[in-house]
Amino acid sequence: MSTPENQVPELPSSTKLITTLATVAMISGLLVVLVYEFTKPIIAENQRLATERAIFKVLPKAKSRLTFVVDQDKLVLANDKTIGELIYAGYDKQNKLVGIAINASAQGYQDTIKILYGYSSDNGCITGFDVLKSTETPGFGTKITSDEEFLANFKCLDAQVNVTQSKLANKIKTVRHGTKQHAWEIDAISGSTITSNAIGRMLNKSAQALHPVIARNLNILKQGQQ
Amino acid sequence: MTQTTKKETPLTLDVFTAGLWKENPVFVMMLGLCPVLAVTNSVLNSLAMGIASIFVLVCSNALVSALRNFIPKQVRITTYIIIIATFVTLVDYIIQAVSLDLYNKLGAFIQLIVVNCLILGRAEAYASKNSFTKSVVSAFGMGLGFTLALVMLGGVRELLGAGQLLGYQIFSTNFEPWVVMILPPGGFIVLGSWLLLINYLEQRKTGKLISQDEASHCAVQGTPS
Repeated sequence: MSTPENQVPELPSSTKLITTLATVAMISGLLVVLVYEFTKPIIAENQRLATERAIFKVLPKAKSRLTFVVDQDKLVLANDKTIGELIYAGYDKQNKLVGIAINASAQGYQDTIKILYGYSSDNGCITGFDVLKSTETPGFGTKITSDEEFLANFKCLDAQVNVTQSKLANKIKTVRHGTKQHAWEIDAISGSTITSNAIGRMLNKSAQALHPVIARNLNILKQGQQ
Repeated sequence: MTQTTKKETPLTLDVFTAGLWKENPVFVMMLGLCPVLAVTNSVLNSLAMGIASIFVLVCSNALVSALRNFIPKQVRITTYIIIIATFVTLVDYIIQAVSLDLYNKLGAFIQLIVVNCLILGRAEAYASKNSFTKSVVSAFGMGLGFTLALVMLGGVRELLGAGQLLGYQIFSTNFEPWVVMILPPGGFIVLGSWLLLINYLEQRKTGKLISQDEASHCAVQGTPS
């Protein structure tokens, strides 16, 4: 088609412009709504599966799980759609509590890092974590999931509550690479200090808030399905 | 279509293949470089981004072409943006439905397809002036060319940056990954190297100095005669 430069186009009436835009916007709206309605249940299911996978990854011994919500210092049975601070209790075949999965998040190098970590209430250990959301620098911050020395911190990271069950017995903190002395310290990854620190901060914050509640309500968790 | 186009050229294979190589959107036209540099740190990400772009490019160009005689010139860009944004939103939902992992990896770059100048550029420069079939064929060719370029970058970056291809270990574990390759500078380095190679080969083929016009696109300048 010839280029339109050689003719001055006539200005169409505003009505024409408005009808064009309105028509296109309507087609657009219709398409978006159709696809949204179609994909909504699939996306919800995907999200549920992702949560499920993360829970069973941090609690490898668990065969089934229950969701609880923290409600004024009490743990109440809930489902995944409940709004609030959710914790997931994992049970083995005999319905015995094997561990608790808890969400934690903190600002990392680029954006908020979200993790789910496993907590064993019997020995007060944090036993591992799974990253749910992270935009950390590949090759540096992403080492938190692959660096063997770093992961060794989570064989048993001490996070037990004190005698009065008001807070943690020892504050979880990240220490410089190679200077870990206590079971509640996290040995940072050299070169990924900011991300390592973020893991320490988020675990401390979440554990300080939730582990005492868990300790006080342990019977509710242990009763579980019965 | 009320208006018949006067000098409409017939649909030839050239319409399709132009985008693949001769007018490759990345290596020749240098369009849409933001996702090219940002998401090509692995082959899988490149492929997913390429397929998402093909979808948006083909669908939006089809619609733009179908509506081309109906859209007044004054509001055409607005209309194109609405059309493109619609298909990007659809892709966004579809990728979430297909794989949340992939969605998390591609991050904000799916939404940013809206402002990928390749798509708006093709809508304005081609689809708004050509028949429906030709626009769709050309868009598909361009999309494939774009994907090819993304995968070429992604392949090199993943191989050198992680020693893997599509997640499979290629180099032995003794290989120390070049971390820079999966970081943003790696994108620039690999893109530059590909341009260097492609332009060098192109010049050898034509056996003469590149014309002034093309020189503005090229990374290579000042060639021995």
